[in-house]
Amino acid sequence: MATVQLSEAEKVYVLHGIRDDLRVDGRSCEDYRHMEIETDVVSNTDGSAKVTLGHTAVLVGVKAELGKPRPAAPEEGYLEFFVDCSANATPEFEGRGGEELGMELTNTLYRVFNNKRSVDLGSLCISPGEHCWLLYVDVLLLQCDGNLYDAISIAIKAALFNTKIPKVLISEGEEGGTEIELSDDPYDCVRLSVDNVPCIVTLCKVGHRHVVDATLQEKACTVASLIMAVTPAGTCTCTRKVGRGSLDPESIFEMTEAGKRVGKALHGPLMSLLLQEETLGKKRQKVGFLG
Amino acid sequence: MAGLELLSDQGYRLDGRKAPELRKVQARMGVFAQADGSAYIEQGNTKALAVVYGPHEMRGSRSRTLHDRAVINCQYSMATFSTAERKRRPHGDRKSTEMSLHLKQTFEAAVMTQLYPRSQIDIYVKVLQADGGNYSVCVNAATLAVIDAGIPMRDYVCACTVGFVDETPLADLCFAEESGGGSSLALALLPRGGQIALLQMDARLHQDHLETLMEAAMTACKGVSKVLDEVVRQHLQEVSVLTGE
Repeated sequence: MATVQLSEAEKVYVLHGIRDDLRVDGRSCEDYRHMEIETDVVSNTDGSAKVTLGHTAVLVGVKAELGKPRPAAPEEGYLEFFVDCSANATPEFEGRGGEELGMELTNTLYRVFNNKRSVDLGSLCISPGEHCWLLYVDVLLLQCDGNLYDAISIAIKAALFNTKIPKVLISEGEEGGTEIELSDDPYDCVRLSVDNVPCIVTLCKVGHRHVVDATLQEKACTVASLIMAVTPAGTCTCTRKVGRGSLDPESIFEMTEAGKRVGKALHGPLMSLLLQEETLGKKRQKVGFLG
Repeated sequence: MAGLELLSDQGYRLDGRKAPELRKVQARMGVFAQADGSAYIEQGNTKALAVVYGPHEMRGSRSRTLHDRAVINCQYSMATFSTAERKRRPHGDRKSTEMSLHLKQTFEAAVMTQLYPRSQIDIYVKVLQADGGNYSVCVNAATLAVIDAGIPMRDYVCACTVGFVDETPLADLCFAEESGGGSSLALALLPRGGQIALLQMDARLHQDHLETLMEAAMTACKGVSKVLDEVVRQHLQEVSVLTGE
């Protein structure tokens, strides 16, 4: 993971500040940094989103392809994740340097998103046991300043909201198998429902308190962190503790409660922003990286 | 592509341009605050990001340090969602490695490496959307990023990919034109002196046409250099306004 070196004095400074609910940039312990979200930035994909959280920048592209459903779940489609920690973020990620972090992020994403409670996988099925939609969700990490999980999960939710899957017509083929015909009209498409898609909240324990949306500096002072996936209803679907230090059961409970509160509060404004962007339609000025 | 002609009788290409016309170029410098230099460029539908780190101490193998100049290290990679068919690996395949070497060669000709002995300059380019002329767009993005990093160069490095159809050179090819089967020539130029940093041509071309094609490529590169110069001056103006000069 891209890290910064902090001296002992700087660590003490950060610790004391957090103890008094005042972080280095003036935020309180449960505040997020300035977030910018934009969808439909890459036109080659079926859905895309770009999220900038402070100095962390993430770009997600979703491509839908026809595939065969997995034998364990013949009536569902599925998602394939891939996280590319690009060398843009830090020179350490050049070549194969970013693979370890990429694998870790990918595995967590599979656990959080690739199940029928988070995403409506049944809607991705075309004909049970034979054809289904397979969504390739590709995450590109452009800049790294802490809190990757949160930024990536928000970007994935926005990209899935933006995904337009073409409508299909199933007909009987010559030898008795089914034939798939994709609709020619680019506007004739199906949208995914993202009502249950969770967002990941990372809580880092610094001293005796926990902080949300830690920067790299604060990460260097962290003992251990808790990653939780929270749905819009406020339920926690997946929890994991990461880090070298150990946590008290009470602090885990406290952090879980805080995480649920913060996560629930995150979904409302996110959905309203996405819907607002959607209503602008064609008149929207696409900014991307040019803004 | 059966039925689609690359150059119509009236002289229009597939996307409505005339033969020597370039695609619309939009660029921005200083996109990322954490890197030493960064730039983003859009040429038509091809989008590329370039990031520069350095000059800094040699990372990795110290034995590759050069005593009299800086080492330039480039990596070319494409986002997995950049092409119409999803790309499995962003970098590491032969094409990306070849492109990385070409970029290295191009910038070694332009950057004044003798000012930074025993150090390393990293140039990382990422193609976000591939619609033809990937190498050229990457070179243009990297030029802006190197300028943004404040690393001195002999001249702008501008690149353009040109093709040859019906005895006419087509400037700045898009993906459909590149995969149409005709010859394509990629040229990286240092415009003021007219020096060529890199020249690469694929497919067959009659010797007599080479001169015309190269002339067309050089004209197109000079056109690109004007746009890049404008972008740099604009950026400089914005930055100086912000710092209150």
